[in-house]
Amino acid sequence: MMRIEIVRRPQHSALFSALSPFIALFLTVIAGAILFSLLGKNPFAALYSYFVEPLTEVWSIHELLVKAAPLILIAVGLSVCFLSNNWNIGAEGQLIAGGIAGSILPVMFPDFQGWYVLPLMLLFSMAGGMAYATIPAYLKVRFNTNEILTSLMLVYVAQLFLDWLVRGPWRNPQGYNFPETVQFNDSAILPAIWADSGRAHWGFIIALIAAVIVWFMLSRTLNGFEIKVLGRSSRAGRFAGFSAGRLTFFAFLVSGALAGLAGIAEVSGAVGQLRTTITPGYGFTAIIVAFLGRLNPLGIVAAGLVLALSYLGGEAAQISLGISEKSARIFQGIILFFVLASDTLIYYRIRFVTRLGDAVAKGA
Amino acid sequence: MFEAILLTVATAATPLLIAALGELVVERSGVLNLGVEGMMIMGAVCGFVVAQTTGSAWVGMGAAILAGAAFSLLFGFLTLTLVTNQVATGLALTLLGLGASAMIGESFVGLPGVKMESLYIAGLTDIPYVGKLLFGQDPIFYISILLTIAVVWFLFRTRAGLTLRAVGDNHTSAHALGVPVVRIRYLAVLFGGACAGLAGGQLSLVYVPQWVENMTAGRGWIALALVVFASWRPWRILAGAYLFGAVSIGQLHAQALGIGIPSQFMSSLPYLATIVVLVLISRNKRLTLMNTPTSLGKPFVPDR
Repeated sequence: MMRIEIVRRPQHSALFSALSPFIALFLTVIAGAILFSLLGKNPFAALYSYFVEPLTEVWSIHELLVKAAPLILIAVGLSVCFLSNNWNIGAEGQLIAGGIAGSILPVMFPDFQGWYVLPLMLLFSMAGGMAYATIPAYLKVRFNTNEILTSLMLVYVAQLFLDWLVRGPWRNPQGYNFPETVQFNDSAILPAIWADSGRAHWGFIIALIAAVIVWFMLSRTLNGFEIKVLGRSSRAGRFAGFSAGRLTFFAFLVSGALAGLAGIAEVSGAVGQLRTTITPGYGFTAIIVAFLGRLNPLGIVAAGLVLALSYLGGEAAQISLGISEKSARIFQGIILFFVLASDTLIYYRIRFVTRLGDAVAKGA
Repeated sequence: MFEAILLTVATAATPLLIAALGELVVERSGVLNLGVEGMMIMGAVCGFVVAQTTGSAWVGMGAAILAGAAFSLLFGFLTLTLVTNQVATGLALTLLGLGASAMIGESFVGLPGVKMESLYIAGLTDIPYVGKLLFGQDPIFYISILLTIAVVWFLFRTRAGLTLRAVGDNHTSAHALGVPVVRIRYLAVLFGGACAGLAGGQLSLVYVPQWVENMTAGRGWIALALVVFASWRPWRILAGAYLFGAVSIGQLHAQALGIGIPSQFMSSLPYLATIVVLVLISRNKRLTLMNTPTSLGKPFVPDR
């Protein structure tokens, strides 16, 4: 009989806070190998097609950036929320709201064309995402309503609203009854970065810029300090004169704006029109990205690429080995578990205790 | 007609009631498990697959309960033994459950399901107006009512229930008194998982005897909201679950009547109702603060 005990470290371990994402990824790869063996596949071939094959071709690296862009954008916003103890898990809904708001110009005013259309669309999408994120923020500050549940419920509402919009008033009249809007005209398309070699669009560049700005804000400004203080101890924050309510609005507005941008980047950069579903769950996967990146915007850029790879790996494994591409979602879930478990090592020592009461091993 | 509507309301309310009762016990012990949706969908898929393979809805239901409980153990190990953040771990459980269930159930999409037979007692079930309501429903309905009574009795009439509530209200004092805080919380989490699994099994073996990806459609989250709505009281959960059952059935009937409102707007009513109800409850600060288990969601590391 063996028991696991944890003992609080006198101070948190700098070593493990740097290592924990890597430990988590390593454990995920091992868990993946076991999973594939259980499915009767060669684990090495499966891991190869999951994590290496997508990186061997240029077009595929473009796809990686297409998928990483929304993940990074959303996760950077979520880091501001999670650091300040605001549990916004409705980014999926804010993404949809941004996608819809950003599509107003190209769908309703297709004749309105020019260089200024795209910047306006980006602004609209940010406003849409912010407006939608304001609802849970307002309810939390004004009525003390749990933001986890309200923000999540709004995801379902946004999905249904988009479905109605695209099947109803915004459906393309010349579209043979397909539930799609008109194709956006050229001035409403987010351009490709290197059009000759693949699809990667400017959404990725915007994501990088957002990550750097938010990183600067969090690590170099008073605002960032306030976020961290209030997140760790709302009491200490109040004594310092910081307002938790104002910060809740700020965090939700930032993450809403970035999720909205992710929405228009996806609609205008990757698809070119609005459809009934515009996201394969980026808003939820971004939660994993945020934690794998240790809530640090620069770490999130790397984590976003890793999770984007898992989407492509799922597709590659399905084509080359006949493993369901849905395995990618299992991978993503497992990563988050290992990230959270590895984070324990930062604050605690782990001891394995036998029945005799001796500590037989000390995990660092 | 009226009896038929009430029957469908009961079927829609039952999974919410069962899952919320389980989560109520978990939260009363001081643990916030946001993975209800994930455990529920695992119950739904495992229940369906096992019932399909064995041909027995009851074996399937057993598998659903076991799947939910086993899955909750993962949450328990992380949050109770490794003291991870409960909110994040619960989210992880939901994300993993939705992904894993999609993969497990992939080859079962569209297959005919095994429906659990409703009760039939000659004579009693045939009583006009109330016969079917009282004596002609599916077994899980009766289980859900018994479960409500059992939870009320356990929490407020037994010593073990008192201990569980003490752990949820102040784990440090409970620990100092020699109460095995972590063990009690493990048991509570397991119970919550079993309930969520059963609720999922009800969906795939009684409600819509089929497997559809994401078929829980947010019911696990609504169950979580019900616990807040009920301010941690089991009888109010019963009332809340039937209120939500009525809203979701009511909107379906309104859609069928074709009252000219787009179906998507009607479908979003249960979610909007959840938000409205949460706001109404939480704006009453005294009510919420008085009933919230004080240690809810807080990490606990026993000092040795």
